[in-house]
Amino acid sequence: MENEQQPLLSLHKLTKIYGSLAANDSIDLDVFSGSIHAILGENGAGKSTLMKLAYGVETPDGGDIFWNGQKITNWNPAIARGLGIGMVFQHFSLFETLSVVENIALTIEGSRQDLIERIRKIGADYQLEIDPTAMVNSLSVGQRQRVEIIRCLMQDLKLLILDEPTSVLPPQHVRTLFDALRKLQNDGVAILYISHKLEEIRELCDVATILRDGKVTGIVDPNQCTAQELATLMIGRSIPKIDRHESHNKTKSPVLEIRKLNLKNPDPFGTDLKNCNLDVFGGEIVGIAGVSGNGQQELGRIISGEDLRTDLDPKSIEMFGQSVTDKGVIERRDLGFSFVPEERLGRGAVPSMSLAQNSLLTAFKKGMLRNGFIQNDRVAEYTDKCITEFSVKASGHSASANSLSGGNLQKFLVGRELRLQPKLLFLSQPTWGVDVGSANEIRRKLISLRDAGVGILVISEELEELFEITDRMYVLRSGRMSPSIKTSDVSPDEIGEYMIGEKREELDDAISV
Amino acid sequence: MLFQFEKRSAPSKPLIFATPFISIAVTVLLSSTMLLIQGKSLQTTFYAFFVEPFESTYAISEIFLKFGPLLLIAQALAIGFRAKIWNIGAEGQMIMGAILASSIPVYFTDSESILILPAMIILGALGGMAWAAIAAFLKVRFNANEILVTLMLSSVALQILYYLLLGPWKDPMGFNFPQTTMFQDAALFPPIIFGFRLNYSLIIPLLFTVFVWIYMERHFGGFQLVVGGLAPNAATYAGYSSSGAVWKSLLIAGFAAGIAGMSEVAGPIGQLQRSVTSGYGYSAIIVAYLGGLHPVGIFFAAFFLSVIHIGGDYALVTAELPISSVHIFQGLLLVTYLASYTFVNYRFRPRKALRERIESSAI
Amino acid sequence: MTPLEFFLAGTMSAATVFLLAALGELVAEKSGMLNLGVEGMMAISAAVGFVVTYQTGSHTMGFAIAAVAGICVSLIFALVSITFLANQVATGLAVGILSLGVSALIGKKYESLTINAPDTVFIPVLSEIPFIGPVFFQQNIVVYGAILMAVLIGFCLNKTRLGLAIRACGENPKAAEALSYSVWKIRYGAVAFGGMMAGFAGAYASTVYTPLWADGMIAGRGWIAVALVVFGTWKTSRIFLGAYLFGMVTLGELVVQSLGFAVPSQFLTAMPFVITIVVLAIISADMSRLRLHAPYSLGETYDGSEPR
Repeated sequence: MENEQQPLLSLHKLTKIYGSLAANDSIDLDVFSGSIHAILGENGAGKSTLMKLAYGVETPDGGDIFWNGQKITNWNPAIARGLGIGMVFQHFSLFETLSVVENIALTIEGSRQDLIERIRKIGADYQLEIDPTAMVNSLSVGQRQRVEIIRCLMQDLKLLILDEPTSVLPPQHVRTLFDALRKLQNDGVAILYISHKLEEIRELCDVATILRDGKVTGIVDPNQCTAQELATLMIGRSIPKIDRHESHNKTKSPVLEIRKLNLKNPDPFGTDLKNCNLDVFGGEIVGIAGVSGNGQQELGRIISGEDLRTDLDPKSIEMFGQSVTDKGVIERRDLGFSFVPEERLGRGAVPSMSLAQNSLLTAFKKGMLRNGFIQNDRVAEYTDKCITEFSVKASGHSASANSLSGGNLQKFLVGRELRLQPKLLFLSQPTWGVDVGSANEIRRKLISLRDAGVGILVISEELEELFEITDRMYVLRSGRMSPSIKTSDVSPDEIGEYMIGEKREELDDAISV
Repeated sequence: MLFQFEKRSAPSKPLIFATPFISIAVTVLLSSTMLLIQGKSLQTTFYAFFVEPFESTYAISEIFLKFGPLLLIAQALAIGFRAKIWNIGAEGQMIMGAILASSIPVYFTDSESILILPAMIILGALGGMAWAAIAAFLKVRFNANEILVTLMLSSVALQILYYLLLGPWKDPMGFNFPQTTMFQDAALFPPIIFGFRLNYSLIIPLLFTVFVWIYMERHFGGFQLVVGGLAPNAATYAGYSSSGAVWKSLLIAGFAAGIAGMSEVAGPIGQLQRSVTSGYGYSAIIVAYLGGLHPVGIFFAAFFLSVIHIGGDYALVTAELPISSVHIFQGLLLVTYLASYTFVNYRFRPRKALRERIESSAI
Repeated sequence: MTPLEFFLAGTMSAATVFLLAALGELVAEKSGMLNLGVEGMMAISAAVGFVVTYQTGSHTMGFAIAAVAGICVSLIFALVSITFLANQVATGLAVGILSLGVSALIGKKYESLTINAPDTVFIPVLSEIPFIGPVFFQQNIVVYGAILMAVLIGFCLNKTRLGLAIRACGENPKAAEALSYSVWKIRYGAVAFGGMMAGFAGAYASTVYTPLWADGMIAGRGWIAVALVVFGTWKTSRIFLGAYLFGMVTLGELVVQSLGFAVPSQFLTAMPFVITIVVLAIISADMSRLRLHAPYSLGETYDGSEPR
């Protein structure tokens, strides 16, 4: 609903360059009060950059910003906040060891008591309840998002910017969020909603600006467009559909078996794993769904071997029928296990090292060493094959890992691990931050691997992805595993139920304070 | 801020090579300024530092005498630094190596066996390694910060040294000075040129340099250490043992420092006394960085710093420069090196100019 | 004074050196800066403090100029590690090595000279109490000042907006920056404060505790102060206790010798260092505790860029 002739916020030919790449190239954007305006684009299109420019976290290299018709020459988050702009970041800007009210006190004036009361009131008004005295590191990701939103609501808010807000919420909480946003819209607040999720945008927003490769490719009313049209504007070409046929090749015995796994986390604010059971057979893809912060990190590290516990029951983790609780990462790889972690730079690869050196990182047993000495030609050979087989866009095996785009680096890492010919492959957030094209290639590769008899375990926070490729899935919540669920037998909403099953009690605790 | 550092898309290779020279230039500039303020003659000072050390064969031999231990310790420390394991207790490891090695000539004063020297080398290495092992154990087992532990251990080692020198190992004919008797010939390295102090222990640092180069550039073990220093989570992901890295780094450093300590007592000093380390443990840190933590760079940096040290001895006499000026020069070198290294990874750009440039080229 | 009274009173004085330096380092570390140059800063300040006090006869001047010296050195550390983005550990060591060299240069001519100790402050009424009086309430003003500083710093860090801002920089500089805090300004300030406190500590060591200067006189006390911040898990109350514990250990040397035990003096001199190692091992072993209290971004270089 457009109430005013003049846009509240107007970006004119805004440009931002990182190195040699134009993350935002001459972008025009007009946002009106009382409208929910979507910024749609795939990963890497420049959405986050645009929002940082809009909020003043980054300064543009070209173009202008207008607020209520006035050109703004000096722009930073404090000034933006003063004008009534609030931003909820994708990666939150909260301080872990401070409480909710202390975090809010950093930018909002008022006595501690005053702030606590306001937090409670706003929480009740918008159904975003939170305990003001709780320490942030004790809060779930969804709760932390509430703190961010409440902080924005405590200003005299005219424009709210949300960057990919629903990636950390189960379906039910997405609805609560949308209700709160609609209430804001009715109060005349303008909302900028950044997302790559077509259906959500069609449900919530009245206008969408679509970005691709840093440029605006369209400004549309999402309700008047089909999902196909939106996707084309977003991606620019058609993506082959994934053929999710049934798996025919399942092995008789599991390649991975986890029985009654109990894991205490030394970090008091981490998650303990309680009595987890799961199995993966060769020739199938098993998914683990769940909102982040429910034990995915802990589970990932105990399966990969990065977290080695000698006090575990040997039967609690078995691969290919043998106990691996006393086996380190390298021994597990020797058995036929391979793993692609969620952090590419800094964990899956060493950012400043070349692709060749990064091959050496995990594939060193593939003929790359002779008496411990590195055979550079073999390393180069292996790397080149990874690059060509997975169409990795890189200048060669000497390119540094941090010079590749997210999607290309992910393809390289998957390729590197696949060339080890694992019989059990484990991936954590395999397409996070990856462009649609590369994500699609990776998912199709996983399906063909599955058809070839490999057992695949995928942890993902993207429900759509799990529904696209998995045969079965489990839901991880608060360190507990649901029973196995056949993907074709269940709906996203039902998975959502599992995700927040126990969470209802946590919510009640928050309110009763 | 008007100017700011902008990350480069890739580190500048030419600048990696140029950084030590930039820092030397800036340090010389700053030092010259200080000298002028103090009213000292620049010409005399520069002559003392950079010309006099080369004026006689003896002086040149003295350069190499200093070069040996500096090179040896710096090579070993660089390995640890690249793995981000901060061993700053090389002084203490050197002392313990010297002590353990000295035990043979102290207790077998009259023996002329040819086995003495090899035994001393072994004991020197063991002494340094044992001392470093304490820090390694505490880090691996208790996660105790190695910076503080190795440093504390250095202080403890010094006290052990003093105790021995003023107590059980004191030379009864030594006028109560804290020192042992002079060691017998069999416990000393033979000199390379008769009458000069430079001795054959120089072979050890040279061989060690070759070993370090091969290990870090060509061997998987070196690769693992470097990964651990650049991205510890990647090292864990790859399955490399972080405790292994700690042990390797500290033991190699203890080995080198211990032998360096041994070569001092079995060389120019000829006995065990209080100033056995001559500050090599700290100077080696500067050599390691100035050499870019690379075996070849360290080779040249060690030589440069040896010249400076010998020059400092001459400057004391010729230009009346206090001996602390060498330490100040060293300290400045490291500080300027660290600041200069930024330019390898970052560009220094004026904000405004950049913005205007883009605006004029856009549209 | 009885030997026991002397011991306890001396402990307060010895502890003050550790306390001042450790409090300064605490503030710097809370903002995320690991400054390992404390030993060097104290050495320079000891030399400067002694020279100025000797020349002017005024302890106040000595302390003031020594503080300035400490601030100057700490600003070099700040410049190289904050603005030039160099590794904090290496930079701290480098600045420390440089400062030790400069301190020798400054103090050289003043080696065998002495100055007067500052006046004792007799706290009214309380200093009359037998035993407790002479021990606790007849100290020089710096001892009381240090205790006051401990209280003030604890209050400021935990209860004021400035303290919140400092802690924010130490936890998550990127988030602090996004909230419009100038991380570099806050860090420069915190580091300079640490330099000032190290300046006071050094001046105290050379003009009050042992009114003389000698090369190497700090003898590792700066390093113990750094360790104290870890022992105290970044809490002023615990750092205070730790400083006093080490004050006691330092005095212990004199006591043991005066009591005639045949312990080699080197053993006693080594004691504080050995204790530091042991306590460090014990405290560090409890990883979760450390993670809980250590500033999350301590020692990490912040260059303002986004992770890709």
